[in-house]
Amino acid sequence: MVRHRPSLPTVATAALAVAAATLSLAGCSSSSSKPSAASNPSSTGASASSAATPSGSDSSSAPAAASSSSSAAPVRDPNTDLVIWTDAQRAPVLQDFAKSFAASNGISVSVQAVANDLQSAYVTATAAGKGPDIVVGATDWIGNLVQNGTISPLPLTADQKGAFQATALTAVTYNGQVYGVPYATENLALITNTAEAPASPATFEDMVKNGQDAVKAGKASEALSLQISQQGDAYTMQPLLGSAGGFIFGTKADGTYDPSQVGVDSAGAKAFGAQLAKYGEKGANVLKRSIDPNNAVSLFTSGKAPYLVSGPWALEQVRKAGIKYAISPVPGFAGQGPAKPFVGVQAFYVSAKAKNTALAQEFTLNYLTRKDVEEALYKVDPRAPALTEAYNDVSKTDPDIAAFQAAAAHGVVLPQIPAMSAVWGPLGIAEAAIVGGADPNTAMSDAATQIKAAIAKG
Amino acid sequence: MPSERLARLSWPRVVFVGLVAAFAVVTIPALVDRHSWTGVAIAVAVTAILAYVYLSPRRIAARFLVPGTLLLLAFQVFPVAYTINTAFTDYGDGHRLSRSEAVAQIQADSVVEQPGAKRYELSVATKGADASGSFVFFLTDADGKVQRGDTAGLTPVPDAEVTKDPITGKVITVQGWHVLTGIQVNGLGERLKSFAVPTKDGFIKSVGLSQAYVGQFTMKYDAAAHTMTDTQTGTVYKESDGDFKAADGSGKTLPIGWKVGVGLKNFGAVVTDGAIRGPFFRVLAWTLAFAFLSVATTFGLGLLLAVVMDHPKLRGRRIYSSLLLLPYALPAFISTLVWQSMYNKDFGLLNKLFGTHVDWLGGAWAARGSVLLTNLWLGFPYMFLVCSGLLQAVPQELKEVARVDGASPLRVFRSVTMPTVLIGVMPLLIASFGYNFNNFNVIQLLTKGGPYPSGSATAGQTDILISYTYRLAFGAQGAQYGLSSAISFLIFILVGLISYTGFRQTRALEEVYAR
Repeated sequence: MVRHRPSLPTVATAALAVAAATLSLAGCSSSSSKPSAASNPSSTGASASSAATPSGSDSSSAPAAASSSSSAAPVRDPNTDLVIWTDAQRAPVLQDFAKSFAASNGISVSVQAVANDLQSAYVTATAAGKGPDIVVGATDWIGNLVQNGTISPLPLTADQKGAFQATALTAVTYNGQVYGVPYATENLALITNTAEAPASPATFEDMVKNGQDAVKAGKASEALSLQISQQGDAYTMQPLLGSAGGFIFGTKADGTYDPSQVGVDSAGAKAFGAQLAKYGEKGANVLKRSIDPNNAVSLFTSGKAPYLVSGPWALEQVRKAGIKYAISPVPGFAGQGPAKPFVGVQAFYVSAKAKNTALAQEFTLNYLTRKDVEEALYKVDPRAPALTEAYNDVSKTDPDIAAFQAAAAHGVVLPQIPAMSAVWGPLGIAEAAIVGGADPNTAMSDAATQIKAAIAKG
Repeated sequence: MPSERLARLSWPRVVFVGLVAAFAVVTIPALVDRHSWTGVAIAVAVTAILAYVYLSPRRIAARFLVPGTLLLLAFQVFPVAYTINTAFTDYGDGHRLSRSEAVAQIQADSVVEQPGAKRYELSVATKGADASGSFVFFLTDADGKVQRGDTAGLTPVPDAEVTKDPITGKVITVQGWHVLTGIQVNGLGERLKSFAVPTKDGFIKSVGLSQAYVGQFTMKYDAAAHTMTDTQTGTVYKESDGDFKAADGSGKTLPIGWKVGVGLKNFGAVVTDGAIRGPFFRVLAWTLAFAFLSVATTFGLGLLLAVVMDHPKLRGRRIYSSLLLLPYALPAFISTLVWQSMYNKDFGLLNKLFGTHVDWLGGAWAARGSVLLTNLWLGFPYMFLVCSGLLQAVPQELKEVARVDGASPLRVFRSVTMPTVLIGVMPLLIASFGYNFNNFNVIQLLTKGGPYPSGSATAGQTDILISYTYRLAFGAQGAQYGLSSAISFLIFILVGLISYTGFRQTRALEEVYAR
């Protein structure tokens, strides 16, 4: 029996081919920039708003509504005067506004949905000269977009600036410059199923007691639905971290965040750690790692949990579920401060490499800053408008929006500085570990050490 | 004779070369447009080589080799070279631009509107009707006074020469000038963006289509000294390793940096950085164990099932086989996510079904087991398929002979069946090992590397090298392509060595069985 014997070069080539394939694989996976899967709050919001999205905090599997949901990198539509990129959920909403702007200016506008990781797709495409004129995203993107030279400051007039709510304006201001036109604010609140438990508990302790009573009475099976997951969720934990006196970054004299002051191992943060342990799996078993972005909202809408900590993106599902609900601020711990959720803002940014800067500025500065436009945007996507007048109108008819806004009263602005990307991972993991039974002090100190090291390196 | 030569050309070749030429005709002008001369050179060279090889009657061997070689260059050699090249730079978030782009962007980002200055209503006009010529601004201030602005400065325009919009005051027509429409203004593009009318202590720039503002830079670049000065605070920033750092030692750095070569720094970081070096060998050990166990379990189960199904007396073989192939038919991405939800401690199917309270993805060993179990489920149908095919190839007469000689079924399996199967399957097992060595999807979708031991958010208990690299490179300060390329290159060498050894072993095995 004669067999073909591979010669040495053949073997070497084959080995090289396998290795090369792995390298190109590695290259592929690294081509998508921001992984911060467990982290990015904006993506948390995005995925939470689509009920069926399986991969919780990873925004990658947004529904297939988008035309460009293929794995190929998105490229700007070459045939129109103004190109806007947004995520898959918002694209159909913006389409109408873009159309009306296009009609009144005699131009063509195209709104392109980018289903996968819009931020890094935008940064990469803009660097290659294939980006859009305008991109829509959360304000925690600003630091990264600016350091990559992909967005330009927007010269808003003093009147235009004054028309926005103060938090919204702060959220789009970075290094003293306004980089975006805000259109909606979002923050966490407590949503109560009023058939199962009393609404607006004054303290976290009261809420837990009410929840446990509901469980005892057989009305529910969980006292509280607060998403943590195995990797932790620093965004959803922030209200409680703030209540116990902890903070992520200290502030400079001008009120902006200072990446050199990390407060993850501050006394307040350790007090928060102690509370986590108390209510964690080895304690009261109210905070659980098994509650994650995939099941948090459905636990509430199915009546299994009387309380849900979530944002306006959950509102649509909650309303559809047909339960009686009330929205109130996330309660703080008894004897400690009020809860301090992150207040984030969705905003429009003009590309630094825009092909149609004049039109893009016209659209963002003079069209999106109109009251009727912001109100119309609210109608299709119920979040608190950033424009004060629009908010006042809307909150009169929609108490939920007013309730979410009230929940932000003690909120802190979601940091825009790039150093924040060094925080999400380690802080979340530390929180999940404490909930699982790890020592709170060690876990918080370890997280702080890692965050500081990462920031020093950057 | 040329005509004879043409006559000998088969038409598929002619069509192919025609298509290649057509592709070149389409791409080359676009590349010229973008001044991508390397691209033009490559396009011309590839077209020329393909045309020569396929039209020449002599290059028959090359006709088969050239396409493969070109694809190898494009899809293997180029990415590898590019990755290695990137490994020697600091390319990543904050260091994506070139130096000159970064300088320009820092200045552009520093423009502030002059405090107290009023906005102008803006009209843009050209001398002739042609919008591509040079243009000027006609600016109406808050009092309704009109001025003409060009690169030299402002000149007053008498009211008699213009007509204005009664409400806004925007200039509609001017004697001797042609006022542009909004679309035309937008069409000026880059020229409008860089156009500024100098004033006493700043400049006038357009904003939108019909407004202009007085702005000033707060960052001044000194091209000779390579420094950037903040005019508001007086801080001087000096160039240092692709960043502008404050010269006063306060550690302040301007947000925008640029890409520079860093030599072996990224490779050095692997050795010197405690966060990387510390857990490296733990992760490597688990990666090897994960890859090896994944191959072993999938192959074991696949082979076992194939042998069982191979039994001629088994009824309904087709149905069983189809059912067994089901996991292979489902998209792995979806099934992994389904597995992830089944592992949920409180709400997952597994614990509900068995009435247990196992924290499948929360404990170190439980999570490792869960990852292997899911990977087994995903991988065994492939091995089953391959083994079924190979079992058919075992010569029946050899088995008969062995049986006649009195060999037990087990002995027949070990000495006759297995060698044949192994020779066929060995290269696949090596490839499968290489694949699982970098099986990012299963890890990322199931555990994201977790659970994490106390004090380490960089390396979890189920992290394999590639998921660990991914978090290192993109988890901290945004994307760090330079560092990730360096680690990818190291993994590349590692997998290359393992594969090489593996293939050498196969060769030895084949030599043994060939005798």
